[in-house]
Amino acid sequence: MITRWCLLWLAFPAWADEGVFDQYRDLMGDDNPAIFVIDEGEEFWYQSQGPSGATLEACDLGLGAGVTRGAYAQFPRYFADTDRVMDIETRLIHCMETLQGRDRTVTAAKPYSLRGDFGTELEALVTWLAAESEGVVIAPEQGHLKERAMYALGEEIFFYRAGPHDFSCATCHEQSDKRIRLQQLPNLTDHHDAADAYGSWPAYRMSQGLVRTMGWRLQDCFRQQRWPGLTFGSEVSIALQTYMAVNAAGGIMTAPGLKR
Amino acid sequence: MKTTLWKMTLLLGIGIAPTAVSEDLAAVIQASFSDRGQATLLRLEQDPLQQHCSQPRDQPVDDEIAMALRQQRLDAVVFPADGDFLGDWQRGATVAASGRGLQFNDDPSIANGGNCYACHQLAPSEVAYGTLGPSLTQYGLRGQSDAMLRYTWTKLWDTHAFNLCSHMPRFGAQKILDEQQLKDVMAFLLDPNSSVNQPTE
Ligand code: HEC
Ligand code: HEC
Repeated sequence: MITRWCLLWLAFPAWADEGVFDQYRDLMGDDNPAIFVIDEGEEFWYQSQGPSGATLEACDLGLGAGVTRGAYAQFPRYFADTDRVMDIETRLIHCMETLQGRDRTVTAAKPYSLRGDFGTELEALVTWLAAESEGVVIAPEQGHLKERAMYALGEEIFFYRAGPHDFSCATCHEQSDKRIRLQQLPNLTDHHDAADAYGSWPAYRMSQGLVRTMGWRLQDCFRQQRWPGLTFGSEVSIALQTYMAVNAAGGIMTAPGLKR
Repeated sequence: MKTTLWKMTLLLGIGIAPTAVSEDLAAVIQASFSDRGQATLLRLEQDPLQQHCSQPRDQPVDDEIAMALRQQRLDAVVFPADGDFLGDWQRGATVAASGRGLQFNDDPSIANGGNCYACHQLAPSEVAYGTLGPSLTQYGLRGQSDAMLRYTWTKLWDTHAFNLCSHMPRFGAQKILDEQQLKDVMAFLLDPNSSVNQPTE
């Protein structure tokens, strides 16, 4: 509960004036408010929920049931039990369904919070799990045929131009040292930029007062790309995360990051 | 389906074998999105230009197709009906500064912006400019000859007529901006009084 109140206080509205913003920075210094969300995520992991009243402790994130340390850094990866390549977000939804008996039409209905909301359970869990990989080398699995196919698909989508503006991810992210207005654009085809960018998500967005996940980042870039709404857990989402993670492989996980 | 048709028309027109554009890819993409506001699934279907300009890692493109496409774009440019290229530079400044329009969260009843500052430096007084495109500060020094007016109009209408696979949007051809907005942006670039053409420090 205390965590929730802190979050409420931190989640000052995005339209708050600069004065409030400065006050907030004075109070927080360079501390990343995501630390509260990490704690919350850990609490969710150990909380009995759903019809089965189970915790998520038996969830296999790829390194064996219950192993959380370093697991994030190896996503997306193939899981034999679903015969699919999954990102961490869809894997968590899978565990909520199989272990806790929770209906995915409910747990995946609103994966990302709206501005002014509390963060969601999924956002908190992903933040904690990313912190469990802090300092770990980014090493997405590419041994399985389906994992390599996912990378190839991601690359094609990255360059796929469509929509009224003819944009693809590449329009904004295939060159180094470029920016849009004042926002620096990572070159996601380049190892160094991809590692810095990929390794820093999930991230606390100061302008939104919320932690955002990579899945959220993608659907927001598609909005700027003038494309329709990206479906949570869709192939396009997982393929692009695979493309970025493999380009970032060898870099270090620094998440949760702190963004404007 | 539309994509395939487009592709076939183009290929029949110049008589060469189809390129390997995967229909699977289009299907996977369609299945991963849903209509949201004005941004419907129709937007995911590529026209021949978009299809041609989606080669991963900028692989060299086929010259024949490229030439045919560029000519098509050039032929389709619509010049102002009244022959007058220049509107009001101050209104043009507003169009250039606005980044709204055509995103699923944008209200379609409000005019779109040109978002020029996202990619270009323009008025030297505006420091929040992007660098995906070249600086256009002092663009007006190039003068207002007929050739210059037609070049700039064409560039704004459909940049691919000159530079196939350019990263700049097709403001006229894709109806992002209307004719009056284009004229106003033209004036913003070319009017000697425009803030674009004021001396830099
Ligand atoms: C119209 C330009 C544009 C397009 C197209 C675009 N992005 Fe972005 N992207 C941005 C901007 C601007 C930012 C910085 C956002 C911010 O600071 O709010 C960004 C940020 C990101 C980040 C986070 C980088 C970091 O260092 O934190 C990732 C990852 C990303 N984009 C991936 C993609 C992918 C994948 C696509 C294709 C689906 C894409 N983007 C399409 C403009 C774009
Ligand atoms: C997504 C980025 C992007 C946006 C938005 C954009 N441009 Fe461009 N523009 C470019 C790029 C990249 C080039 C250089 C490559 C080329 O010529 O195609 C360019 C080139 C140009 C040129 C030709 C420059 C020359 O030296 O001849 C003009 C004129 C121009 N843009 C005007 C505009 C105007 C006006 C707007 C707003 C209505 C605008 N652009 C919006 C990316 C953009």
